[in-house]
Amino acid sequence: MAGPEANVTAGPDSDGRAPMQGGINLAEVVKESAIAAGIAGLLSLPLLGLHAANVGAQLLLRTRWELFFAAVAVVFVGRFVLALFRDRRKRPSHGPSAFDRTLHVIHERMLVIGIVALVAAVILPFTEWGGDRYIIYTATTFLIYVMLGWGLNIVVGLAGLLDLGYVAFYAVGAYCYALIATHFGWSFWVVLPLSGLFAAFFGVILGFPVLRLRGDYLAIVTLGFGEIVRVILINWYDVTNGPDGIIGIPRITFFGIEFRRGEGTFADLFGLDFSALHVMVFLYFVILVLAVITNLFTQRMRKLPTGRAWEALREDEIACRSLGINPTNVKLSAFALGAMFGGFAGSFFSVRAGFISPESFTFIESAIILAIVVLGGMGSQLGVVIAAAFVVVMPEVFRQFEQYRMLMFGGAMVLIMVWRPRGLLAFRSPTILMHPKDGKKTIVLKKEGA
Amino acid sequence: MLMRDLSRPLETDIPADALLEVQHLTMRFGGLVAIDDLSFTARKNEITAIIGPNGAGKTTVFNCLTGFYKPTVGRLTLNHPDKGPFLLERMEGFRIAQKADVARTFQNIRLFSRMSVLENLIVAQHNRLMKASAFSLAGLLFMKRYAKAEKEAVELAKYWLDKVGLYERADWDAGNLPYGDQRRLEICRAMCIQPALLCLDEPAAGLNPRESLELNDLLMSIRDDEGIGVLLIEHDMSVVMQISDHIVVLDYGRKIADGDPLAVRTDPAVIKAYLGEDEDEAIPEDIVQDLGLSTRTGGTKQGDGGNA
Ligand SMILES: Nc1ncnc2c1ncn2[C@@H]1O[C@H](COP(=O)(O)OP(=O)(O)O)[C@@H](O)[C@H]1O
Ligand SMILES: [Mg+2]
Repeated sequence: MAGPEANVTAGPDSDGRAPMQGGINLAEVVKESAIAAGIAGLLSLPLLGLHAANVGAQLLLRTRWELFFAAVAVVFVGRFVLALFRDRRKRPSHGPSAFDRTLHVIHERMLVIGIVALVAAVILPFTEWGGDRYIIYTATTFLIYVMLGWGLNIVVGLAGLLDLGYVAFYAVGAYCYALIATHFGWSFWVVLPLSGLFAAFFGVILGFPVLRLRGDYLAIVTLGFGEIVRVILINWYDVTNGPDGIIGIPRITFFGIEFRRGEGTFADLFGLDFSALHVMVFLYFVILVLAVITNLFTQRMRKLPTGRAWEALREDEIACRSLGINPTNVKLSAFALGAMFGGFAGSFFSVRAGFISPESFTFIESAIILAIVVLGGMGSQLGVVIAAAFVVVMPEVFRQFEQYRMLMFGGAMVLIMVWRPRGLLAFRSPTILMHPKDGKKTIVLKKEGA
Repeated sequence: MLMRDLSRPLETDIPADALLEVQHLTMRFGGLVAIDDLSFTARKNEITAIIGPNGAGKTTVFNCLTGFYKPTVGRLTLNHPDKGPFLLERMEGFRIAQKADVARTFQNIRLFSRMSVLENLIVAQHNRLMKASAFSLAGLLFMKRYAKAEKEAVELAKYWLDKVGLYERADWDAGNLPYGDQRRLEICRAMCIQPALLCLDEPAAGLNPRESLELNDLLMSIRDDEGIGVLLIEHDMSVVMQISDHIVVLDYGRKIADGDPLAVRTDPAVIKAYLGEDEDEAIPEDIVQDLGLSTRTGGTKQGDGGNA
């Protein structure tokens, strides 16, 4: 809260008028907060300050001043902070804020940041943290969500189709591997591409009925689709084993070599002492590669006619029609390719867990993945990573707050949406430049001048 | 001529050089008849203007032509110079642009505003690029043929951007352009599908007089250099009278006049539609000039077509 207060009380930051303006504002803000606190006091005196207690047969009136004062103080501070923010908004802006500029720099240095992050991700298992199973496990979970975020980003961020049932494709991929591996014993490396194809097929199946729908209606139907898939998984007992799920899903192999003790295993062949960590680190690298493929594919797709049509469709479907673009094909391709990556991630999920049940594919998963895309800034690849870190790592960090952690998580999410409604990195770079030598900087400057 | 194929119009029905032929077009919305039995012809290498007061049904004609509405009655024939005739009323919306090469702009500009100017023009060449890249597959595999096709697409975009003076700003977001530039960009985007017929819905709306003049030059250059037909909806009489070769006047969905500018502006029915029937008051001076009338009496009621 240092920022706004500093702006109001002392004014050396901007122009000469600021201190006087600030002084007036401060007095008003304090007055307003005091009034709000007074009202809160009046209300909370009977509600919180006084308390009727049963002691034996007697009814005693107790006072709880600490609660009363706490309520008044909370209202005062809350109102004060709110008023400061509101005043700050009212002031004419002097160009983008320092934070906006920071985000912009991040956006411009996307490639460098991406490479640094990738290198960091590759060496993570070989650092001292790499020995910590908890860290590797959380990092793997994080990468699953990054991959899901990038996959859903195709549908929501690029094509602008609000999909609330993305978890259905994740489930299709997961059950695809689980069923084929347990029944036929096929290797993960064979089933992985199959589950992607299968999920893509489901994407097209979902795509057809929703072709004419947009916005809210589309969201509702996709939400329904997600639930239908989950309900089928629960009720189709013969195939999916219902709510009990599928256990004993074959573990991942090092391209055929198993992670076990004994002859001919991974540890044996590489002359290592057996450690349960090996398979975890390997899984970590597998999901890292899958996620990077998702990213590179999407980046490339944006520069191709199909990808450009996705973005054009997001901007204006009617204009797309008038240019002879078939909206059906554009939508179906977005659904199918988005679903394909969901399927890949799903089969990875089931090979890692070794056990899956419909529990893992509830609506909340779809909501989390969508939150990652929206928080990150629709269409932004780096935004997805930041948001996934926030969504996956925050609850872990807040673990010590126990039952409050979901509350804090939700609160943080609301704050971000209030503060940056279009997501953290809501910038978009053109997929092709007429004047590449100009550099992006000049373009930005010119835009601000316009 | 004894046995006549009824699905094809009689040879003699069509003027040899007709590019677009609208026959008995009627469009009803519930009880409202937005277009009532409209027939007209637009020719290649000509600018055909559709004028009329607000709500006369001009935009509805465009929406029928470009597949956004399905006409209640009527036949819309496009005689493509290279691909032969198309019956537009039977085609699915996007195929009219894709196959019959009919491009259009919108009364309220519809650009892809968060995409760059250049990207807008590349998206317009979607179908050609899809074909060249085997549905993006060749591009995914970094094959030369896609790179080549994209380069050609950029060349075409550059040609049009140069023409309207937007080349320098090719990398701006389309939504950040000033209004007049957005109008021009929308025309460029329509031209990038390399149309046989270009339909422009009030391209001069909101332009200042200088921009309006530049637009006239652009439209005449499209007509003369590209050798295509232009169908133009316009309110601005100065634009219409100067550049159109042929004018169709609509009022309440009905055609009230059809002919060259000189014939139309002296047509009593047109004057009546635009100026009302009250005989007592003089026509305001600016309207007299716009319509090129000799001073006569008319009324004060006027459609919005009178404002310059
Ligand atoms: N989709 C529609 N549904 C109902 N009425 C419509 C529709 N589109 C146009 N109209 C009506 O058709 C008439 C002609 O409209 P329009 O073609 O937009 O006029 P213009 O472009 O000549 O100003 C208007 O009365 C309008 O209300
Ligand atoms: Mg109109």
